[in-house]
Amino acid sequence: MVAVLDHKRAWDAAASVPDPEVPCVNVEELGILRSVDLVDGVAVAKVTPTYSGCPATMAIEMAIEVALREAGFDVRIERVLSPPWTTDWITEAGREKLRAYGIAPPVEASGSVRALFGEVTVACPRCGSEQTEKISEFGSTACKAQYRCLSCAEPFDYFKCI
Amino acid sequence: MALLNAVLELADDHLILGHRISEWCGHAPMLEEDLALPNMALDMIGTARVLYDYAAKLEGQGRSEDDMAMLRVEREYRNCLLVERPNGDFAQTMLRQLYFATFMEPFWKAALASPDEVIRGVAGKAVKEMAYHIRHAAEWVIRLGDGTEESAAKMQAAVVELHRFTGELFESSAAAVSCEADGILPVRAEMRGEWDRVIGMVFGEALLELPDVPYPQAGGRDGIHGEGLGHLLAEMQYLQRAHPGAEW
Repeated sequence: MVAVLDHKRAWDAAASVPDPEVPCVNVEELGILRSVDLVDGVAVAKVTPTYSGCPATMAIEMAIEVALREAGFDVRIERVLSPPWTTDWITEAGREKLRAYGIAPPVEASGSVRALFGEVTVACPRCGSEQTEKISEFGSTACKAQYRCLSCAEPFDYFKCI
Repeated sequence: MALLNAVLELADDHLILGHRISEWCGHAPMLEEDLALPNMALDMIGTARVLYDYAAKLEGQGRSEDDMAMLRVEREYRNCLLVERPNGDFAQTMLRQLYFATFMEPFWKAALASPDEVIRGVAGKAVKEMAYHIRHAAEWVIRLGDGTEESAAKMQAAVVELHRFTGELFESSAAAVSCEADGILPVRAEMRGEWDRVIGMVFGEALLELPDVPYPQAGGRDGIHGEGLGHLLAEMQYLQRAHPGAEW
């Protein structure tokens, strides 16, 4: 029973860490915290990077380590590459928070980007209009593209689908 | 040893091209490109980091990923010549990007079936990122090729300048051949069909002509590089050599 409670406490501590670049969502909602196991009294957190060059990866790992230490655990962080993270792993709650924050969540299952000019319809996170256009495939961070809404005229970020 | 060298070839390709396009940061012709180019550089440098880390482990001599990237000399680099070509103008940069990504996307896709866990892991991320790089570069090549008289001329000149470096993408070094025989890495020559198909499609839209290449250029896998690589390394490695052991 104690072990079960400890495990839940460890998970909750690690899961509460926000993404440093998109602080409206935490690492659980983004799907990048894969597991937290208690192994011989050590909390082993498995974390997966989102994009190859995501500069936040190390910051997230350090933040999870700090959160677990503050919860009283010895910690080991393991980075897991396979299977690769996909935007499909962002939870429904995470998507809703992204939208409320002004970032359009990824709209299609991964794999769709292979079509050379396969455009997707991205709804404006502010007014909901589907009359939007892409400004740039690459935005302020590796995970985002830049769009603009033709209805309410607001520019917005789109969380790229991978 | 074969795997170590083959991994280094891939790592060097990604680091050198990643560094090359990062040179546009602050100089790109428009704000969106100033974001896009460093973004793609990050993808490639991120891929290189995992590969260097793996290479260092395979070598087992206590070197780190930083040592691999920052303390080797020109002749030890195993990157293909295409990735070290100077940025030139925006047409050349975008074409180089298109050529490379159009090769790497099917390569990583095939590498998803590798029995090697690290290769598979790298491939899983990179294959999706390369799809974005192809799309971005292809859009520019088409816009410039089927653009004004001046942009079309510059785009076609870029094709003439760079096409002779593309053959090397499909050649496998002895190390790579050994890994291909084990199924750990995809056979480079097998990417030719998909590469020709995508490049042909883009060039058709862009109204560009494939040039004759009487003298294809190669030698990078043997450490025989152009003058540009030395200048690139001098800049890239300056900090680490001036301040040994410096960390961010």
